[in-house]
Amino acid sequence: MRFTFAGTEYPGCEGETLAAALVRNGVLGGFHSLYRNRPRGVYTAGEEEPNALVQIGARPLLRATLVELEDGLVAEPLAGKGRLVAVPDETRYDTIHAHCDVLVVGAGRSGVAAAEAAAGRVILVDAGRGAAGLSRTWVVGLYDDNYAVAVEAERRVWRIRAKRIVLATGAIERPAVYPDNDRPGVMLAGAFERYGRPAGATPVSGGWSPRVHLWSQARGRLRWDDRVGAPVPDGELRGIECVGSVTGEGLPDAPAFALPDGDEDAMFVDLERDSTVADVRRAIGAGLRSVEHVKRYTTIGTGSEQGKLANVNAICVAAELLQVHPDELGTTTFRPPYLPVSFALLAGRDRGPLFDPARVTPIHPAHLAAGAVFEDVGQWKRPRFYPHAGEDMDAAVRRECAAARESVAKMDASTLGKIDVQGADAVEFLNRMYTNAFDSLAVGRCRYAVMCKPDGMIFDDGVVMRVGEQRFVCTTTTGNAAPVLAWMEEWLQTEWPELRVWLTSLTEQWATVAVVGPDSRALLAGLTRIPLDRGAFPFMAIRGGAVAGIPARVCRISFSGELAYEVNVDGRRGLELWQSLDATPYGTETMHVLRAEKGYPIVGQDTDGTVTPQDLGMDWIVSAVKADFVGKRSFTRADTARPGRKQLVGLLPADRIREGTQLVADPGSTAMLGHVTSSYDSVALGRPFALALVKSGRERIGETVYADGIAAEIVDSVLYDREGARRDGRPA
Amino acid sequence: MILIPCPWCGDREETEFSCGGQAGVPYPSDPVALSDEEWAKYLFFRENPRGPFRERWVHTHGCRRWFELTRDTVTHEIHVRRD
Repeated sequence: MRFTFAGTEYPGCEGETLAAALVRNGVLGGFHSLYRNRPRGVYTAGEEEPNALVQIGARPLLRATLVELEDGLVAEPLAGKGRLVAVPDETRYDTIHAHCDVLVVGAGRSGVAAAEAAAGRVILVDAGRGAAGLSRTWVVGLYDDNYAVAVEAERRVWRIRAKRIVLATGAIERPAVYPDNDRPGVMLAGAFERYGRPAGATPVSGGWSPRVHLWSQARGRLRWDDRVGAPVPDGELRGIECVGSVTGEGLPDAPAFALPDGDEDAMFVDLERDSTVADVRRAIGAGLRSVEHVKRYTTIGTGSEQGKLANVNAICVAAELLQVHPDELGTTTFRPPYLPVSFALLAGRDRGPLFDPARVTPIHPAHLAAGAVFEDVGQWKRPRFYPHAGEDMDAAVRRECAAARESVAKMDASTLGKIDVQGADAVEFLNRMYTNAFDSLAVGRCRYAVMCKPDGMIFDDGVVMRVGEQRFVCTTTTGNAAPVLAWMEEWLQTEWPELRVWLTSLTEQWATVAVVGPDSRALLAGLTRIPLDRGAFPFMAIRGGAVAGIPARVCRISFSGELAYEVNVDGRRGLELWQSLDATPYGTETMHVLRAEKGYPIVGQDTDGTVTPQDLGMDWIVSAVKADFVGKRSFTRADTARPGRKQLVGLLPADRIREGTQLVADPGSTAMLGHVTSSYDSVALGRPFALALVKSGRERIGETVYADGIAAEIVDSVLYDREGARRDGRPA
Repeated sequence: MILIPCPWCGDREETEFSCGGQAGVPYPSDPVALSDEEWAKYLFFRENPRGPFRERWVHTHGCRRWFELTRDTVTHEIHVRRD
């Protein structure tokens, strides 16, 4: 077997680590330190390695002491930092979720004994190759309620819930602190033995520190143990126990810690961070006492090695310099992960669409075929516009708007949330949830409705259809479908359990197509026997019947001001419905322009959780008759009722202005009057226009404000067809 | 990540739940009768103790039922009232 390190090829053996192979080939140096560029070499035989860091292909910052040799392996030495490679890690990583009665961490003598004595399902993990149980596996994080995250061979994450955890994590040998203790060839005595006493190497040892990291991660306390010269676990944790040398048991007595004479700037405390005794002395000179502060000042223990070697010595050095007992300085808190873990490994297969699934409507294939440009609305992919050859978005939107205003256009509205509300108390329930009243809503009719939070601020809006005496369908905004259902459930379960009401999400069961424009009636007339003339099918009415041979529920709702029908069918037949409608498809951008021309606000765009219905000029939607509904009491709160609140108005700017722009009274002022919430170019108006929230906006109609230096006249928010003449079709 | 005992489903991962904050803050029976201060207290003021805290939780990604439990905000120890 051959491998390459720093451009030189070496022979290797099966089952060796890269570090072992380097040392066996006589490479005792080969590395350099991060800040001082001092020559360094393999220092340990384990995961605490501070010097021998390598990059292998796209994988940065690997420890040569953990890398298993493979034929043809190419490793580059790193000085403390890896390189991100601009190609995705395509390795397939796995995740296993496991439950057990006992998790034993460490397969040394104590760990194996604990595992053998344990009853029930036992998982034993160990870092060693060929160890008992799960080998080459590190528990990197220990969290609440005995939740352990372990990494097996850098390929698989184990997420383990254990009833009981036994920590048999052993101890780590400490470096000795003396001048030039970082020279290549200096290595810990244990590593020296493991590597077969390599010629030219110097073994050192400063004693042994219990490997208390996982105990500390699980919020176990530590106390200083004078005999081993290091912190040991203290107190108790529910369901976690320590056995063997992690408790300090069986470890040799530590040599008394003493600083030798010599150059303190060459006595390394943290090899990876290049921090020395001189750095600790500076920290103490700056007045720092707690070891946590010394750590932050010197950066000791903040490298990828995370202080496995350095932390105890840092405490010893600081205590020596301050002439205090180490216990007085406290200990550092160990936090996950115990070892560096790549994001790709943690993510496992939850990447791309498996992490963030795309939701598409049943009509999606038609949008793709039509070359739609999509936008993300929550997880939904919604067509934003449908460009013809050579069209940019502005050109496509102008054409789509013109079709909706002058002939007939269609939009996929299937993403709107739909909640089925049923039960004897459904009317009472809706009366409490929405600001308006539903007692008088007849079966077969629908009503625009607004929902507030108890603070009186608008939460969502939609249309409530009464489809039966005790049955309603409420639509929600696309992004709020799940939150509105959860909100309704919360009130029903926790405040009004006496109401006989049942809620069901129908969002994905129905497909909805809005058929919009003065010719929409004529288009539908060719596809249905439902009487469509104005008298038979008035505005805000609901009719059932076949459309293009598909059973449908048709509502006369308009979000554009034009004559319009929303056709709802079984989701599985949505595509068929769409394809049978000979109309110009339009996307969300055109929808936004059409509704803004009519001054219809979009919750979440023109509102932001600080806006009441009154602020939007929609006092008419707030029932004055109902004794109470969610939000009502807040409308008379001093802050909600005060003059000077921001109100929704229209703007006629001299040029296009950007959404979010601050509005000021004169170009030199910085005192904010409000901000632009929506801004578009309008074919119907022949000019740019905007919607904005402006302090006392309705009193300022006629005044001029400035957006980024562009003058804009404040006008009423309804800019198109103020009389509503087009609602029933092309005016005669 | 703590384990939360859903009264309907048993112990489940914290990520399946949403916390509804302090329990025992009912919607006032007659909000109109309250002063602005009393109403503001209902809207905006909640306890934030160190130690045992009665909380509302909902099993959002499970049975979607609301329930109450007592959680120690320091140790995360949980006690469910079975009534």
